[in-house]
Amino acid sequence: MSKVKIITGTSAAAEAARLCDVDVISAYPITPQTTCVEKLAEFVANGELDAEFIKVESEHSAISACIGASATGARTFTATSSQGLALMHEVLFIASGMRLPIVMMNANRALSAPINIWNDQQDSISQRDTGWIQIYAADNQETLDSIIQAFKIAENEKVLLPVMVNLDGFILTHTVEPVELPDEEEVRDFVGIYEPKHAYLDPDRPITQGPVGVPSCYMESKYNVQNAMNNAEKVIMDVNEEFAKKFGRKYGNGLIETYNIENAETVLVAMGSVCGTIKEVIDDLKQEGKEYGLLRIRTYRPLPINHIREALKNTKNIAILDKDITFGMNKGAVYIDLAGFLKDKKTTNYIVGLGGRDIRQDDIKEIMKHAEKAEDGETKWMGLKEQ
Amino acid sequence: MTEKQFPREEYLASGHRGCAGCGAAIIVRQALKAAGKDTIVVNATGCLEVMTTPYPETAWRVPWIHVAFENAAAAASGVERAIKVLQRKRKKYANKKINVIAFGGDGGTADIGFQALSGAMERGHNMLYIMYDNEAYMNTGIQRSSSTPLLASTTTSPVGTVIKGEDRPKKDMAMIIAAHGVPYVATACLSYPEDFMNKVKKACEIEGPAFIHALQPCTTGWKYDPKYTVKIGRLAVETGVFPLYEIKNGEFKITYRPLKRKPLNEYVKLQKRYRHLTDKDIEMLQKYIDERCKLLGL
Repeated sequence: MSKVKIITGTSAAAEAARLCDVDVISAYPITPQTTCVEKLAEFVANGELDAEFIKVESEHSAISACIGASATGARTFTATSSQGLALMHEVLFIASGMRLPIVMMNANRALSAPINIWNDQQDSISQRDTGWIQIYAADNQETLDSIIQAFKIAENEKVLLPVMVNLDGFILTHTVEPVELPDEEEVRDFVGIYEPKHAYLDPDRPITQGPVGVPSCYMESKYNVQNAMNNAEKVIMDVNEEFAKKFGRKYGNGLIETYNIENAETVLVAMGSVCGTIKEVIDDLKQEGKEYGLLRIRTYRPLPINHIREALKNTKNIAILDKDITFGMNKGAVYIDLAGFLKDKKTTNYIVGLGGRDIRQDDIKEIMKHAEKAEDGETKWMGLKEQ
Repeated sequence: MTEKQFPREEYLASGHRGCAGCGAAIIVRQALKAAGKDTIVVNATGCLEVMTTPYPETAWRVPWIHVAFENAAAAASGVERAIKVLQRKRKKYANKKINVIAFGGDGGTADIGFQALSGAMERGHNMLYIMYDNEAYMNTGIQRSSSTPLLASTTTSPVGTVIKGEDRPKKDMAMIIAAHGVPYVATACLSYPEDFMNKVKKACEIEGPAFIHALQPCTTGWKYDPKYTVKIGRLAVETGVFPLYEIKNGEFKITYRPLKRKPLNEYVKLQKRYRHLTDKDIEMLQKYIDERCKLLGL
């Protein structure tokens, strides 16, 4: 039986891992992820989840132990944030290169210096080229649902890639919302049992995992990761549909979600919890007879370029919001990723909410106004104090 | 296990890319004979990993995994717990006892992998970590590590006109791991296969983490004739440079006691990494070794 609980985003993530009956959890505490690992430790301590929880001494070891466990054939989960994710960096490539379907919750938080525990998305966006599928949740329910979906996507034989489910630090990790917890049996039926054909360490059938990739094979192994990313696009859409049939909730087409774009000349493109604020503003302005739209990127890797281009084909002004900055270009990564594919459109870029700077409804309205008048390619830092 | 009882099975295939006289290959060969078929190997980046697995070749006849340089102990933690939970929940890996053995060089263990190792030892995983210690970063071309001994010449502790070789003494890994309170710690050398293999067997049988610090003469890095690998290992033990002992559940025991310790000169004179040593240097080193042996009761 499903039930509704009033919980934080991190609790929702922990509940999802429990519902998916993960075998091994390996994690290290970091604000604002901590309540997720605390909850999981509680589940294991109370026998509500039959899993091994490896309480490692760093995030580097957290993801390394996940690789060891996943390569042995266990369903594996970890959670981190910010500096922790940055510390995992080199190992993230290894997880995707070894094709291990590890699922991670990442609480989006700014990177030092100056040290800052609040939200932006620089941490996960800086990991965009590591071969991980990246999903950005907009609320706590989506966090839970996305982690359930993530196991099904990651373990699909056409994919076999690790998945990072991102939720905005504090804004979601520490905010309680009503979240429907689906029935445990139904979730287990949905995700199935993980039976890898490529990842096991069995003395009765010895294999070598992680050998030296000599120049005659290295490129192919990377090309195969790209192929898996290509396959993932359809798998993510299928899983989104299948999930909707079973549990009654869906998130756009799984890759993107659009809101009022068919009526609007100006559309904002964004990821994560800010999309809730944007929708509110769109609704308010609609009452005044003004039409604006939102395109929410739910899956940032693989980046669904064709879906985005198709959705924006009648849009005049595209305002791309970035909670990150690529220094030396004065642009955010999402803008850089998209601008080249939207050459025939006017695109503008907004650097917003770095290190937890509030993004208010007025900021959204300002972005909308600016996008209508601005020159193609302009960048604006929102809410910046005069220096 | 005595010499006559050594298993005939080979778990490291011949034809790998190790140098002639490679001590790392000998260590693995002996360790796997002692551990047997039901063993999973986790390998840190380094000579051993590189020489045994250039894709699509592999020299390993047991399941083997390599993740990165500094995380063999962490990866092994994941393997060990995965087996435990899969045996419990999914009835996989039968119900047999599977040894998880991690191999790391001195760089991957005493330097960059030190934190991961300390964590794994402290957490009590049922695993054996074998540090094959060739006393420098051999895979990248003989740079000093914290395990490089005093006065040895490497490419980053060269013999210059002002500084002559390594200026810091060797880090004592076995004692550091012993301080973690793990149930089994030992030193070993490939020149004493019976001693080493019995230690591996004990380490596998014991419940909880075990650590073996195995000295590995390296023909390329120590610069000696490949035929002397075993001889040099023997001299390291006979001179007291590398004493053989074990600490089982806190109890210290010398496992090989030379009748009379040989003079250090016999050990250093065969290795070109020490060819710059003066009589005064050797005298100083001899004093250092005498003091350390005294501490261990040798």
